[in-house]
Amino acid sequence: MATVLKAENIKKKFFQPTEFEVLKGLDFEVHEGEFFSIIGKSGCGKSTLLYILSTMDTDYDGTMHIKGEQLTGKTQNQLSKFRNEHLGFVFQFHFLLPEFTALKNVMLPALKLGKYSEKEIEHRAIEKLRLVGMDEFAHKHANRLSGGQQQRVAIARALVNDPAIIMGDEPTGNLDKANSMRVFDIFKQLAEENKQTIITVTHDHDFANGSDRIMEMEDGRILGIEPPTEPTPYIK
Amino acid sequence: MNWKLSLNIALTHLLTKKKQSIVAMLGVTFGISMFIIMISFMTGVNQFTEDLAMDNTPHVHIYKSIEIEDKKIVALDKPAGDSNWYVVKHQRPKNELSKIKNGLAVMERIENMPGVRGVAPQVSTQVFYNNGPVQIPGTVFGVDVKKQADLFDLDKKMDLGELNDLLKGSDVIIMGKGLAKKMGVTIGDRVSVTTPEGGNLNLKIVGIFSYGIAQLDQTQSYATLATVQKILQKDPSYVTDLNLKMKDVNAASALAKSLENQLPDVKIEDWETANQSILAGTQIRNIMTFVVCFTLLVVAGFGIYNIMNMNIINKMKDIAILKATGFQGADVTGIFMLQSVMIGIAGGFFGLIIGFFFSYLLSITPFPAGEFFRIDTFPVNFNPVHYFIGLFFGFLTTLFAGWFPSRKAAKVDPVQIIRG
Repeated sequence: MATVLKAENIKKKFFQPTEFEVLKGLDFEVHEGEFFSIIGKSGCGKSTLLYILSTMDTDYDGTMHIKGEQLTGKTQNQLSKFRNEHLGFVFQFHFLLPEFTALKNVMLPALKLGKYSEKEIEHRAIEKLRLVGMDEFAHKHANRLSGGQQQRVAIARALVNDPAIIMGDEPTGNLDKANSMRVFDIFKQLAEENKQTIITVTHDHDFANGSDRIMEMEDGRILGIEPPTEPTPYIK
Repeated sequence: MNWKLSLNIALTHLLTKKKQSIVAMLGVTFGISMFIIMISFMTGVNQFTEDLAMDNTPHVHIYKSIEIEDKKIVALDKPAGDSNWYVVKHQRPKNELSKIKNGLAVMERIENMPGVRGVAPQVSTQVFYNNGPVQIPGTVFGVDVKKQADLFDLDKKMDLGELNDLLKGSDVIIMGKGLAKKMGVTIGDRVSVTTPEGGNLNLKIVGIFSYGIAQLDQTQSYATLATVQKILQKDPSYVTDLNLKMKDVNAASALAKSLENQLPDVKIEDWETANQSILAGTQIRNIMTFVVCFTLLVVAGFGIYNIMNMNIINKMKDIAILKATGFQGADVTGIFMLQSVMIGIAGGFFGLIIGFFFSYLLSITPFPAGEFFRIDTFPVNFNPVHYFIGLFFGFLTTLFAGWFPSRKAAKVDPVQIIRG
């Protein structure tokens, strides 16, 4: 299987409130079409790692490649462009733009990319909304949707540019069981059918146990990267 | 950077928070409308006072001044062997006519010079107006009626009678409003004037004028050149003053300088020298006007700055999301700059309309100016340039006021916001 993300000796220090090394040299690879979970206790550095992988945090040592391209050392603008095209995000708090409709929220990253005409983008956005079962709410304003609905719209937004990697920071952390299962099913389907890579940080062990591989972290180090061993209620 | 998309987002932001947008816009509207009202009114007043002073002020005044030359006279024929100097102190001027030599010929020559609109000849003399046993001192000007009307708008200052009536009879005069009131005379009455040399003439009043300047209206009267020459018992070539009007006021002092070389035996004065105090007053008022107007715009700018700052603090989460999904710093700056600029343009535009409306109201408001001033409403200047300046500076302040918060928005670190 082709490697889509490669991290070499990733280190990060915080200086506030005191100097503290949160990531102590991480090496790992994620394959194409893989559902990859990162678990660990609070403060083990898993979210910090995710934001480095997401290219939003550039203040780290080590090197990172996505799709064979070295991203370490690129400018903010280059990284913005890269994120726009190749990465999708789902956050714990759904973070839609409240002034816009669900459809417009999904369309914005595609409009920014400007690869297709507006008409086409709208068509694609509705397709993504249909994929997450939100197409009938397309013209509702984001702040009128429930938490689970907002999260599904956020997933549609992450998908709209057909990114190679979709990253989630506790994407189910704020959701009930039913909605969590929906999100899980969508991710699973994306990885299996579209060969898109999913990298999620999660506290939810059942969620992690449904993925292809689990990376467990402790105190800024990798304890191990292994396929799940326990059964999970997410997979019937 | 994608302008259409930024504009779309900016518009959505503005339209969702209508109340906030309108408040921000009103800040600019208020600033610009006050700017328009203030500047229209202040320049109107300045124009009015300047006209008051300038209408009957020649741009260049040529006259014969009787003054003592500051040269000490030394006795020439000193006795032989006397080594002392004999200096005459306290000289008196010799009996000299205040006539300009070849006055009318000089006038024609100057009139043909480039940049000169016209030259009005004048014979002026101190007189006493006799009103029964009381003598009121004043000045009579003998003028070329047509030129005085053309160059100094004397015909527009007439309260009673017509300026041209001066040409219709002999021994007729028009009198200042204040002077006529002092003497208790009006059109059709006769008045006797006496010159210091003892010349005396009985004149009929055919008109009353007022400049709106008490000092002039209480002492001056006008007659034809011939009438005053008759009072003075002088010949028709006797002219004491030449009053020049230029096509361009600012060329006056240059012309005055060149005339000084050509006409050495007369005194030449340009209006700037003669009216320094008025000029200084106008300049100070202009500075004040601009300081006040500038302050208004700056206050409006701070209003926008505050609102944009608040707006951006409220939108931190949105900015983080936009950046996380691939929007660049410049895109974010663009979104907020566009909001600021739209507020500026809309607010400025309404400001102009409201400013125009109120300055129009002011211009039709009756103004109790007293009997001397020749106006009945507030003087207001409707100059399109002020409206362009208002719009331009309104636009500029919003640009500045929007720039700093927008830069701040561009620098938002999405990781910090998203991680909480």
